[in-house]
Amino acid sequence: MKKLLSKITTHTILIIVSVLSIFPFIWLISTSLKGGGENIFAYPPVMIPQDFTFENYVGVWHRVNLLGYFINSMIVAAGTVILNLILSSLAAYPLARMEFRGKKIAFFAILATIMIPFQAIMLPVYLITIKLHLIDSVNDIAGYIGLIMPFAVSAFGIFLMRQAFLGIPREMEEAAIVDGCNVFQIFWRVLLPMVKPSLAVLAIFTFIGSWGEFLWPSIVLTKESLYTLPVGVNNLQGMFSSNWRYIAAGSIISIIPIIIFFLSMQRYFISGENEGAVKG
Amino acid sequence: MFKYYGKFAPYLFLLPAGLLLIVFFFIPFFQTVVLSFQDYTNSIYAPEFAGLQNYIELFKNPIFYKVMLNTLIYLVVAVPVLAIVPLFLAILLNQKIRGITLYKILIYLPVIVSIVVAAIAFKWLYADQGILNYIVTSLGFDSIGWLTDPKWALYSVIIVTIWKGIGYYMMIYLAALMSVPKELYEACDVDGANFLTKHLTVTVPQIMPTIALVVTISSISAMKVFAEIYVMTKGGPLDSSKTIVYYIYERAFENLDLGYASAMAVVLLGIVMVFSLINILCFERKKYQL
Repeated sequence: MKKLLSKITTHTILIIVSVLSIFPFIWLISTSLKGGGENIFAYPPVMIPQDFTFENYVGVWHRVNLLGYFINSMIVAAGTVILNLILSSLAAYPLARMEFRGKKIAFFAILATIMIPFQAIMLPVYLITIKLHLIDSVNDIAGYIGLIMPFAVSAFGIFLMRQAFLGIPREMEEAAIVDGCNVFQIFWRVLLPMVKPSLAVLAIFTFIGSWGEFLWPSIVLTKESLYTLPVGVNNLQGMFSSNWRYIAAGSIISIIPIIIFFLSMQRYFISGENEGAVKG
Repeated sequence: MFKYYGKFAPYLFLLPAGLLLIVFFFIPFFQTVVLSFQDYTNSIYAPEFAGLQNYIELFKNPIFYKVMLNTLIYLVVAVPVLAIVPLFLAILLNQKIRGITLYKILIYLPVIVSIVVAAIAFKWLYADQGILNYIVTSLGFDSIGWLTDPKWALYSVIIVTIWKGIGYYMMIYLAALMSVPKELYEACDVDGANFLTKHLTVTVPQIMPTIALVVTISSISAMKVFAEIYVMTKGGPLDSSKTIVYYIYERAFENLDLGYASAMAVVLLGIVMVFSLINILCFERKKYQL
């Protein structure tokens, strides 16, 4: 009896929290499906659209280059992920496996960058990016590179990969040396394939971080054609000032890709094994 | 094992990442400090050395204190909620119950979705004639200017930050709870201890380091909030929801007052670095294998 009661309480609480977690999106979806004939400010609020329509989706799709924003976000996220995988593993390898002068300095210098919040140094980062001509007013390619470079490597990634390399038995390298591999072959053909699980974790969390990044693109971007999804979606507010049907429809379209990504990769997020990997 | 790599190999491997960290972290870090001693108000191209002028101005400006107070309120409200509620949920989810994966997915969803969309969704809930005001008025209260009343705006934004963070910290706690030995609970069950005593006497002491970790990282991220404020209130009304990062952004990129903005950035750097240092030295030693 007591057990049953505790079970019911547990489920009740979890259901309430789950509903609260998704309600803002549900309400946005509801609004996005309401036609012009329906008052979206009706009291009491109506959950199920009475004047049901997909018109707002069609309208916002035609007036706003959501597909373009999506492609921009993909390019930036893909570039950021690839560079992070390569650069983090490259840097992590000597930190985990080699002895050299200045190792301690390199280690603590990298660790120190964890303590420096991007928000505090964004102004000089912006000035440097302009000096390097990596902004969209130069050309589109430069614009993409400018969006990617400040996040192309992170101390988090380096330490994640370092830990992965530390877990590989020394015998692997010894066998490879006997086989006549040089140091780059050992890295590329022997060690890297063994840390694939960590590479996957790094890729996924870098992707999520890059995909949601808002501050940096909203500082550097000047051309609408290079907007990433968060910047483009924020811009909907200005374009459709009080047309909440369109704003809602555009916002919902913009989150579909990441939700599909999340659901197909959910074990990486909710298995509890990769604690504390997202977030910037 | 003999040294199979050349003298320069380690440096070659470190070079690309090192170069980027230098260009996009270390140089900007020192430049922030340098900029904070310069005056850009006459010309953005020809700064003059200003000594401590930016800092003096900063500490004389009432907005600075407003911004610091807002950030403090952000911490005081958001951090305890983000330390306690996710722990409670993680405890509930750390048992064998039906639908556990679905619960986790739904509660984690806000973490995944872009903060911009989350802020827009809440802006819609907060609308003057929106659904939240419907609830408030039908309970017999006056409708609330969630984002337009200086008394409420900051708290309305904090709610979004909390809402978006709960799933994230819940997963951190879940990972920690999995490592608490089950036997520890058996004594409690024999004694017939209730839910609260059981977890206060067993769970909390066992995962104290994780709780401390959550407190420090949620503090750090509360000090870095920007998007919520930018999308929902732009720091207003009357600076009531302006926090450090938004203030830096506004001064640097809207007023082009680079020196003043940098002085503010140095303040942020100082605070965040203290928290991060505590975090790394006390709670994340294992992660970095110090």
